[in-house]
Amino acid sequence: MEYKQASWNEPTIFEISKKGKIGCLPTKPTSAESKLVGDATKFVPNELLRKKLNLPQLSEVEVLRHYIRLSQQNFGVDSGMYPLGSCTMKYNPKICDVIANSKKIQDLHPLQDVSLTQGILKILYDLSMYLAEITGMQKFSLQPAAGAHGEFVGAMIIRAYHKYNNDLEKRNEIIIPDSAHGTNPASANMAGFNVVVIPSEKSGRIDIKALESTTNEHTAGLMLTNPNTLGIFDKDIIRISEIIHSVGGLLYYDGANLNALLGEVRPGDMGFDIVHLNMHKTFATPHGGGGPGAGPVGVVKGLENFLPVPTVEFNGKKYYLDHKKSQSIGKVRSFYGNISVLLKAYTYILCLGKEGLKNVAEISVLNANYVARKLLKNTHYEIPFYPNKIIKHEFVLSAKKIFEETGINAMDLSKRLLDYGYHPPTVYFPQIVNEAMMIEPTETESKEQLDKFIETLIRIGEESYSNSQKLKDSPGNTSVGRIDEVKASSPKTLCLSWKMRKEKGLDF
Amino acid sequence: MVKTSKYFIHPYIPNSVPEIREEMLKEIGVNSVEELFTDIPEEIKLKKELNIPNSISENQIKDFIELTLSKNITASEIPTFLGAGCWPHYIPAVVNEIVNRSELKTSYTPYQPETSQGLLQALFEYQSLICELTGMDYANCSLYDWSTSLGESARMVTRITRKNEFIVPHFINPERLATLMTYAEPVGIKIVQTKQNKITGQTDLTDLEKKLSNDTAGVYLENPSYLGYYELGVETISEIAHKHDALFVIGVDPISLGILEPPSNYGADIVIGEGQPLGNEMNYGGPLLGIFGCRGEKLLRQMPGRIVGMTTTIKEAHRAYCMVLQTREQHIRREKATSNICSNEALCAIATATYLSLLGPIGLRNLCETIITKSHYAMKKLNDIKGIKAPLIEAQHFKEFTINFNETGKKVEEVHKKLLKYGIHGGKILKHDFAELGETALYCFTEIHSQQDIDKLVETIEKVLR
Repeated sequence: MEYKQASWNEPTIFEISKKGKIGCLPTKPTSAESKLVGDATKFVPNELLRKKLNLPQLSEVEVLRHYIRLSQQNFGVDSGMYPLGSCTMKYNPKICDVIANSKKIQDLHPLQDVSLTQGILKILYDLSMYLAEITGMQKFSLQPAAGAHGEFVGAMIIRAYHKYNNDLEKRNEIIIPDSAHGTNPASANMAGFNVVVIPSEKSGRIDIKALESTTNEHTAGLMLTNPNTLGIFDKDIIRISEIIHSVGGLLYYDGANLNALLGEVRPGDMGFDIVHLNMHKTFATPHGGGGPGAGPVGVVKGLENFLPVPTVEFNGKKYYLDHKKSQSIGKVRSFYGNISVLLKAYTYILCLGKEGLKNVAEISVLNANYVARKLLKNTHYEIPFYPNKIIKHEFVLSAKKIFEETGINAMDLSKRLLDYGYHPPTVYFPQIVNEAMMIEPTETESKEQLDKFIETLIRIGEESYSNSQKLKDSPGNTSVGRIDEVKASSPKTLCLSWKMRKEKGLDF
Repeated sequence: MVKTSKYFIHPYIPNSVPEIREEMLKEIGVNSVEELFTDIPEEIKLKKELNIPNSISENQIKDFIELTLSKNITASEIPTFLGAGCWPHYIPAVVNEIVNRSELKTSYTPYQPETSQGLLQALFEYQSLICELTGMDYANCSLYDWSTSLGESARMVTRITRKNEFIVPHFINPERLATLMTYAEPVGIKIVQTKQNKITGQTDLTDLEKKLSNDTAGVYLENPSYLGYYELGVETISEIAHKHDALFVIGVDPISLGILEPPSNYGADIVIGEGQPLGNEMNYGGPLLGIFGCRGEKLLRQMPGRIVGMTTTIKEAHRAYCMVLQTREQHIRREKATSNICSNEALCAIATATYLSLLGPIGLRNLCETIITKSHYAMKKLNDIKGIKAPLIEAQHFKEFTINFNETGKKVEEVHKKLLKYGIHGGKILKHDFAELGETALYCFTEIHSQQDIDKLVETIEKVLR
């Protein structure tokens, strides 16, 4: 399939500005209002009255076309397959957007009397119950704005729990496997813990011996993704849970990869105490090019009182917000969460139903195994971590052989994939795989699409041998060619705003 | 004849068709999907169905959820005068058109810049527009909200100065203060509050000097303040803070910068704020948009969050964009990262870029003048009511101000309840957070409030006080 992305060579909004134009007329006061008040500027202290404001000046249609053109120079799940490993870029159902765009939610102010917000409170309450059921947790907070924010909240709950037990001074370590997402150590650190990294063993699972020797009275908890970033389910999870719990630590579940397990096995049944989920992954809410997402956090019985305030409660008659939780970690953001995102996730759950959710897990795993098995038949690629030839929803392909034999690396391959109209897999992660390409097809891609994707991967593998320059020169079909990322971060050429560009006299 | 399958085939899951599934299983070399789950120990597998409703049609779901949502009475259905961290403003139609473009909406973080130029350029423009508005040199492409921006700013200034005290004003949004406390506690940052004059609201400079020490990492102030009035001593406060080698952090409602001097002009090193009023729906308080901008090279490498930079292509040196300075971030630095930020509020930032481009300097200035006219129209009318003091704080205000009911002999909750009965939602009651203000509430007026809404409020308050 030929693919060609739009390439508008679109200037910045500042460069197409012409003095005097306007793209939207704001409301004017009524004559009665103006008459009573007079000149509004006299109510601004002189020393604070603005003298200059360099915002662009454009007509409405110019602003619209500018951003429409920019949108055409972008690739989303709606544009094509997006097998970005560990990000679960599945189809985002449109009905979820339709519902979230309702004025009945958009025009709701968070401080309105709860008698006026019973509708949304019921939805939030029900959603938290569904998430608790799906994960085997007791209670959820929907507040965290993103997965990493959820991790911070989770790590703070671990902190609050040990503090409550007068044990925090001693328990200052969080254990994290080397295959973990970078947010895990960063979040643990933000919550004041030291991070102890343990290696994976040969099959990609946690090295139980290493874990046993690392775990002690300083262990506050372990953060784990299961299946892990290699797409491997850690079958030793019960043992891991015993080891952590035996020393008084808590087990934290990073929900990045829950998609593989919906309705099959629950973090709570694996022994996890705290869970965060990514609505923009497993629950199909659009990721918006980097947010808004939502990262609800759930806990087992006994930890409910540590959740952030307020929680959404129901007294049999009325839904309300409970701000009084004595052991709570406190507030973690303004108000109650990324509500429109949560509403989309709620809609998604209802669309799938219990049968559909289980089907999501089954088919996401079927699709990943199908792609892995077919690619393995091709000699260019390897899958270094593939125990018993079964993986879950994703796997990590290695282009090590191609690289050693042709000099073409995972980056070149991913850039070439762009030319065929695919978003590339996650590359160079996890770091324990050489020339890693982490592939997560998700359940929403058809077999026909998967076959085309496999064919393309094989074709570019062959191109590495027959026409390696083509790959080095790629991409050629995207709106721009390969980007100078070194220049972008070098102090001399660093350009972070239009203002900085002018002040530095940069010529690009 | 078209036959209905007895199998469950969902519109989002094409390969659930039995024939396709069989074909794929054959290719894999297993007999059933269950075989693909044999790596999960039997004893932990879920043996029951999830207690979640069965799937229903899209049509039914829409009806069902809309019925639930119909129980909400929104701020556009009854006149509502709430602000306090989330504000009603008109959003131009073009903004909705852009944020619903699916190429932007359904993309992930732009890890592959060549295919994400649109998003990256839009975010670069957002950063640039925030810099113009605030006077900062650079801004990140968003944090979660004002509250978490405040938490991150406290952590940032303590990392830079290697000191551990952070001074904040007395009149601060309690949610913001509480979030700051959560962010500060694990790293041992001590939060110190300065006194503010009960009558004028202004920061008590003597008290501030007293509280500043060799341990002060940063001084934080909001302008306009949480109670809606302007701080006049900002330049002096900046000097005092800098004299103690502390960084000066300013929090803003950015819409006010259409008429107010940028915080850079009075010495701010870091500007944070809530970007929601610039083109984002209230959505019951989320998503919001955390603004974060800084000045000077010294601060750059400690700034949290994703940053987009302008650069060129390697070969033709065409202008292009990508994420920069990633060595600060979690996916490279892991536990040594400046923050754990990964997903932020990118699409909200694009709404804000579109909004600011539409209004431009003239539109934004006119909008601010309308807001001030509306709020002062309400202020004058309300203050004329016997027993009401509006504003309670004797200073100049932007779009929010305090209304005190002490002399009316009525409790502020009682007024609030009666207003609701008449179909009006009053402002935020302040007495639980600031007892010294008495029977006071914080009211908000913007361009969306019609004169009829305001007149109705005034008449109804007169009625309930009678």
